[in-house]
Amino acid sequence: MNLIGKRLPRSDSAERVTGRTRYTDDLSFPGMLHAKIVRSPHPHARILQIDPTRALAVPGVRAVVTGKDMPTRYGILPWTHDEYPLAVDRALYVGDAVAAVAAIDEATATRAAELVDIQWEVLPFVLDPAEALAEGAPKVNDTAREGNVTKHVELAFGDLDAAMGRAQVFVEGDYSFHGSTHAAIEPHCAIGIWEPAGVLTVYSATQVPHYLHRELAHVLGLGADRIRVVQPPVGGAFGGKSEPFDLEFCVAKLAMITGRPVKILYTREEVFYAHRGRHPMRMHMRVGATRDGKLTACDARTLIDGGAYASFGLVTTYYSGQLLAAPLALDAYRFRSTRVYTNKPACGPKRGHGSVQPRFAFEVTIDKLAEALALDPIELRRRNLLAPGSRTVNELAIRSNGFEECLRRVEMASGWKDKFGKLPRGRGVGVAGSFYISGTNYPIYPNEMPQSAVQLKVDRSGRVTVFAGTSEIGQGADAMLALIVCEELGVEPESVRVVTGDTDLAPVDLGAYSSRITMMAGNACLRGARSLADRVRSAVAKRWECSPKEVALAAGRAMLREDTAKQVPIAEAFTWAETDEGTLGAVGWYQSPKDVHGSYRGGTIGASPAYSFTAHVAQVSVDVETGEVHVERIWIAHDCGRALNPVIVEGQMEGSAYMGFAEAIFEEHEFRASGLHRGPSLLDYRIPTTLDTPELESLIVESIDPEGPYGAKEAGEGPLHPSIPAIANAIHDAVGIRLDALPFTPPRVLKALQEKTRC
Amino acid sequence: MLTIPPFEIVRPRSLGAAMDAIATGGVLVAGGTDLVPNLKRGLLDPKRVVSLRQVGELRGVRVDDEGALVAGAGTVLADLAQDARVRETWAALARAAELVASPPIRNVATLGGNVCLDTRCPYYDQTTFWRSALGHCLKTCGDVCHVVPSGRRCVAAFSADTPPVLIAYGATVTLASTRGRRTIPLQDLYTADGAKHTTRSGDEIVVEVRVPRPAAGTRATYVKLRTRASIDFPALSIALVMVPGADRAVQSMTLVVGALGAKPRIVDGLGSVAIGRPLDAATIEAIAERARAACHPLDNVDVDAEWRRAVLPVHVRRALQAMAAP
Repeated sequence: MNLIGKRLPRSDSAERVTGRTRYTDDLSFPGMLHAKIVRSPHPHARILQIDPTRALAVPGVRAVVTGKDMPTRYGILPWTHDEYPLAVDRALYVGDAVAAVAAIDEATATRAAELVDIQWEVLPFVLDPAEALAEGAPKVNDTAREGNVTKHVELAFGDLDAAMGRAQVFVEGDYSFHGSTHAAIEPHCAIGIWEPAGVLTVYSATQVPHYLHRELAHVLGLGADRIRVVQPPVGGAFGGKSEPFDLEFCVAKLAMITGRPVKILYTREEVFYAHRGRHPMRMHMRVGATRDGKLTACDARTLIDGGAYASFGLVTTYYSGQLLAAPLALDAYRFRSTRVYTNKPACGPKRGHGSVQPRFAFEVTIDKLAEALALDPIELRRRNLLAPGSRTVNELAIRSNGFEECLRRVEMASGWKDKFGKLPRGRGVGVAGSFYISGTNYPIYPNEMPQSAVQLKVDRSGRVTVFAGTSEIGQGADAMLALIVCEELGVEPESVRVVTGDTDLAPVDLGAYSSRITMMAGNACLRGARSLADRVRSAVAKRWECSPKEVALAAGRAMLREDTAKQVPIAEAFTWAETDEGTLGAVGWYQSPKDVHGSYRGGTIGASPAYSFTAHVAQVSVDVETGEVHVERIWIAHDCGRALNPVIVEGQMEGSAYMGFAEAIFEEHEFRASGLHRGPSLLDYRIPTTLDTPELESLIVESIDPEGPYGAKEAGEGPLHPSIPAIANAIHDAVGIRLDALPFTPPRVLKALQEKTRC
Repeated sequence: MLTIPPFEIVRPRSLGAAMDAIATGGVLVAGGTDLVPNLKRGLLDPKRVVSLRQVGELRGVRVDDEGALVAGAGTVLADLAQDARVRETWAALARAAELVASPPIRNVATLGGNVCLDTRCPYYDQTTFWRSALGHCLKTCGDVCHVVPSGRRCVAAFSADTPPVLIAYGATVTLASTRGRRTIPLQDLYTADGAKHTTRSGDEIVVEVRVPRPAAGTRATYVKLRTRASIDFPALSIALVMVPGADRAVQSMTLVVGALGAKPRIVDGLGSVAIGRPLDAATIEAIAERARAACHPLDNVDVDAEWRRAVLPVHVRRALQAMAAP
């Protein structure tokens, strides 16, 4: 391989860091209006009447829309269409959208939005998930079949009673994970344009243009063939832009009504109300092991606080259990997870969707078990590795598995053996491990079409253009596609154009979520590029009178493999191929294997073509008088199969570890008793600054996966998981306290320290 | 994004012109780092803003004939923090200035703005939408305090970093208007009412702050507690100035704590526990205990009040221990 595995700069990094990237809000169109969404000040209220008269009377106001203009329910999953673009009869949380005002500029729209008169009947509300389950609780979302339950999943694998019976040591406990939000720096933004010919274009800072495309067609009653979704470069998403939002429907509808382009840019406060962040979870977990450190069984029960709408909640509920079955082997496993509606902004997918929370509980449980067994926690994990090529207890087929190597790497790099249990009081190290999917094995609406596809265009200029439906959201998807094209067709990076995020120009791709793009779009691109390379090599071979196998395409040239002095510029080779074959183009697509999971109901959820593995060691110091935790360093070993570009892989590893660290120590997505978010701003919702961030050391492990392109697996989400439990376990090593509820803020840590002293 | 309501802006070029301009109404702006976010959040809606940006005579730092520091109100915090004379002789002031917010903010935020910084509260520093949803408070147009529901006076927190240090150093502040000029001890600028926390009249401009030269051997420090190592306002702040006398006994000591109520608290009663005593472990513990007893953090800062109360004496003790170290 020529370029795969090399440390290469990303083609878009210069424009990103110099402020030249044009995000959605940087776009402007002649005659464009700005709109503002009117939101509910009540956590639960019936809309008795909406009177837009005063708003419409403001000079410069062009239109007002309400729920009645788009009375069609939608939802990212076809089984839970439980929200409207604008509330039709009831608002379900503080910030729920009820109307939108379009005007000649943002200030006028803002002023007029305050003049939309709404008569409310305030209704009882419920914020706590346990209270939402109680009899007589106010019904939050009326699509729920039973009470306030979005979804209940109960699955058991193996013989739980027998496996628990074999255990000699048990650890049982309650854990709580607060919610957290994505805090992408770019707020959501959308622009709707309605052409007189009846074609709607929506520009949006989304990470799933295809799903947005579908829902726009569904809600607006337009043919999907009349809608174009364009996704400009996105300034961070992390799962927070992976479903349609009120603003996209509103700009579309207002553009159709006014005939003018319409833009909405969320305020930071609105981003907090749109949310879809990490679900708060209350977890009860019991794990048994034999005295020699062999895990036998895990029994978990989880209550999931969903907020007012389902979002991806069905999947979240499954993930909260399905994704604990590796990297450690269990003989038996049961989980019972319940997601409930509450009168708060809806939760959804955030980096490490559904599994970061139970991973915290599980890895802390393992640490407690190691303590009970007087075993080194790394050694305990080593005694419970999955056998190579085996299936998990819930029947997920694990092929490449670099977890053991991940453990070894963090153990060596951190100096674990000299530190664990040996540092002076106040300092400590902790370890945790995890695994994650490289793309969800099935699309969110059932179909058997390709999950990713690309079209490739090659011409006599020597340029290759890749058209893909993928979304560049800062993670490097465009660079990954370009790299594969360069590797296969031998062109230089500057000769590749990548056209993504436009439903008119590129074939369907399901989007940038579930860490799927490298596995799925990468394989699609590889397939397309190889079919083109074959044709180019044949054309060259014909002229050199050799076999196509003897022709190599590399470094902007076609050359004879055994005698590289014999060569022509790649443009010449493309010319020969175009002469022989006519216009050159190719498609490539990817469909995941279907024999990688169990056949039980729910067995497809959590299934993936391949799984990444991660281990962290965190080193902390704790101020025993104030409870302040300083995370000094995190060693991150991640098995990404193969690092196509180590620079980008390390960026994902560091970004993931940072995000987990932030949730462990700083972030608090909390609500007051009134239902109001405590502080919907980036001053009050504290994401760590560079000064707060620990040293992050990335250790890439390559297990070469048989399914991934060149053996690659995901790197964008897996490396987040162990951050939080590794820090919790390190705090225990430092000062002997167990923190089973997040976040580890100084008041909580100090309280735990004081309670320990009292005992 | 949040929009700023329209207003007229006046840009006088001299202090005299500025005094004339503000005499006919409006609000003052210098760096704008406090005012602009507050405008975006609808906390005030001025029809007229008088900018002090072009009043050159307000900028700059000098040392007067008596060796005191005279800092113009228009001096930006980054310049104050970097000034060699300030760093040498009033190091705790330089420290406080460099702990304000973040580098871009310190490059435009002024000393005068910091001295006049509006008090802050988690129920107040929110958007119009948020505050309307909750119901307005004493600091806006409401008649209830969400921090102390039975309270009749606003308890929004004093959140500026430089005033506690300035007060501990014994600084005075000079204000000027077309009606005249007055110089008062800085602590007298502040009131206990978070809704109107200074005695500055609407037409008065803070001109300068004068900080006496500390006696030889003076030790001074500023400690800022905050969640993050940058950006955040203080969850608690401690300014401490100590003059040692003969035999290393404490000759005088001023301890000022910020981020409690609406004004910085000067911890009283230090005379009996500190003055004339050596700064040993027992004295330090007594001072820390005195600080604990005198300070009552409220839920007016979104960092747990009980925790702030618990760690205040710890940080006072540590600051004193650092001072006592040879």
